[in-house]
Amino acid sequence: MGRYGTEHAVTGRWRWPLRIAALTYLGFLVVIPVGSVFYRAFQHGFGAAWTAISSPDAVHALWLTFLVVLIAVPLDTVFGVGVALILSRHRFPGAWLLDAFVDLPLAVSPVVVGIALVLVYGKSGWWGNWLAARGIHVIFSLPGIVMASATVALPYVVREVLPVLQEIGTDQEQAATTLGASPFTTFRRITLPSIRRSLAYGVTLTTARVIGEFGAVAVVSGLVAGKTQTLTLFIQDGVENLNLVAAYAGAVVLALVALAVLAVVGADRREPTTERRKPRWRSPSDPSPSDSEVPLLSTT
Amino acid sequence: MSPPPVAEAQRLSISTATLAGAGASPRRRRRSVGRVVGPGLAVTYLSLLVVLPLAALVGKAFSGGWGSFWSAVSAPEAVAALKLTLLSSLAVAAFNGVAGLVIAWVLVRDEFRGKALINAVIDLPFALPTIVAGLTLLTLYGPNSPFHLNVGNAKWGILFALAFVTLPFSVRSVQPVLAELDRETEEAAASLGASSGRVLWRIILPGLAPAMLAGAGLAFARAVGEYGSVVLISGNVPFKTEVASSWIFSLSQSDELGAAAAVSVVLVLVALLVLLGIGLLRRRFDIPESV
Repeated sequence: MGRYGTEHAVTGRWRWPLRIAALTYLGFLVVIPVGSVFYRAFQHGFGAAWTAISSPDAVHALWLTFLVVLIAVPLDTVFGVGVALILSRHRFPGAWLLDAFVDLPLAVSPVVVGIALVLVYGKSGWWGNWLAARGIHVIFSLPGIVMASATVALPYVVREVLPVLQEIGTDQEQAATTLGASPFTTFRRITLPSIRRSLAYGVTLTTARVIGEFGAVAVVSGLVAGKTQTLTLFIQDGVENLNLVAAYAGAVVLALVALAVLAVVGADRREPTTERRKPRWRSPSDPSPSDSEVPLLSTT
Repeated sequence: MSPPPVAEAQRLSISTATLAGAGASPRRRRRSVGRVVGPGLAVTYLSLLVVLPLAALVGKAFSGGWGSFWSAVSAPEAVAALKLTLLSSLAVAAFNGVAGLVIAWVLVRDEFRGKALINAVIDLPFALPTIVAGLTLLTLYGPNSPFHLNVGNAKWGILFALAFVTLPFSVRSVQPVLAELDRETEEAAASLGASSGRVLWRIILPGLAPAMLAGAGLAFARAVGEYGSVVLISGNVPFKTEVASSWIFSLSQSDELGAAAAVSVVLVLVALLVLLGIGLLRRRFDIPESV
């Protein structure tokens, strides 16, 4: 075994059985099922799949999902960066509570998230009458779907950005402030460039989760085809009403999105990314910076 | 002796902070306004989406006192659903714990063409929407299965779906710890005549046990709340294949929100307890947060 030089006792004899076991399990659990959806979608030809995905209900479902992404993802992104900044730059009592509440949607069943929202904004909920009296309908309409999606996808930006902010520290931001930069300029010129990559991951994961959310949206949407049906609900509807071609066509769209997400996030996420975490400005006690790093400070 | 770098850095950052404070007095008002508005907006957003709904959930669950909470939770259909959910989650967490170890082992210690692709496939269940996961498994293992393996409307279908969605947790919690494991100890033991089974049992597994346990815990917490991937393949037959999330969903559709909230509170408590346990485990054994 080239890489480590010596033949290893455990790996040697068990190498092939382990490899076959791992690949078989992955094959039957993940690869073949996902591949079969593509097969089933195009089984009756590309035309049938296209007809199914361009029906009015399908187009509406696609449009609604797109609209929800358009609203929920920016909200979650701004919130996520804000909370990451607060948690990494300030010490205050109750910080752990904020941290815990942000992570809560990851631990809770999506159905429970949906029901909890109904209990506040629904007809018989805490604020239901007050909202209805003002003609605002949250549950069984777009705002409810946006809120449910935004809630389940809430933690991703914070979880991606916070560790990077903690690691880069505040030296550069303080230097910029000392030199007279406004908080906004400091954020735009110093903080944002250093969290750019983790922020991109966070936004990608948030988008994927919003597009793919099912349970929470199923509870709050009321499941009205052509009105409050997102793409995931459209797929379920297709299965239940035996319109399988439509279900598979919708599933292929979502599977392609998932593969795109994997291509963006999966490829280099697990690699150690030292270069993005290295501060671009060093304190004088550090080893002398290379020439290429000096101009950034002098031009500020 | 020069001061340790950390102390030096702290001293420096304090001095720059003082400088910033003294030098930027006209901006101070703007910054202090920002200091209130930013956190205020964040807390409002979090309250609207998470805190208030959670409070409403607990409030609704206990709106009729302990009695109504208890009767909703101990209703035969609720008990059956909770029992099925907890048992199948436990079974899947345990099975995937072992399968995750085998897969992580192959990914870390083995070398073959296409390994990077296999590594990427592990994350697919994370990225794939749960309803699509449910549909894929239904296609393959449902009534029209090409393998004639009809597990639809059966408990096996639930196990399949849960195994699919929890696979990344089981693999990714073990993988980095396995990669860091000191191979010299294993080689020393092997050269002293330990059999490979003994090396695995006495040297490798003790080092991996905390990470495996944390991964199994995460998988369990995820499985307990799973809905989208299970709903299509299980068929939701009451008392047989109805998991807790499905039961909560059908309660909400028949407008029994009090009972739905009560069962939800049980699910939330289970998940929180497991996550708390994982947090303690991580701190105790210094396991990286890799998932």
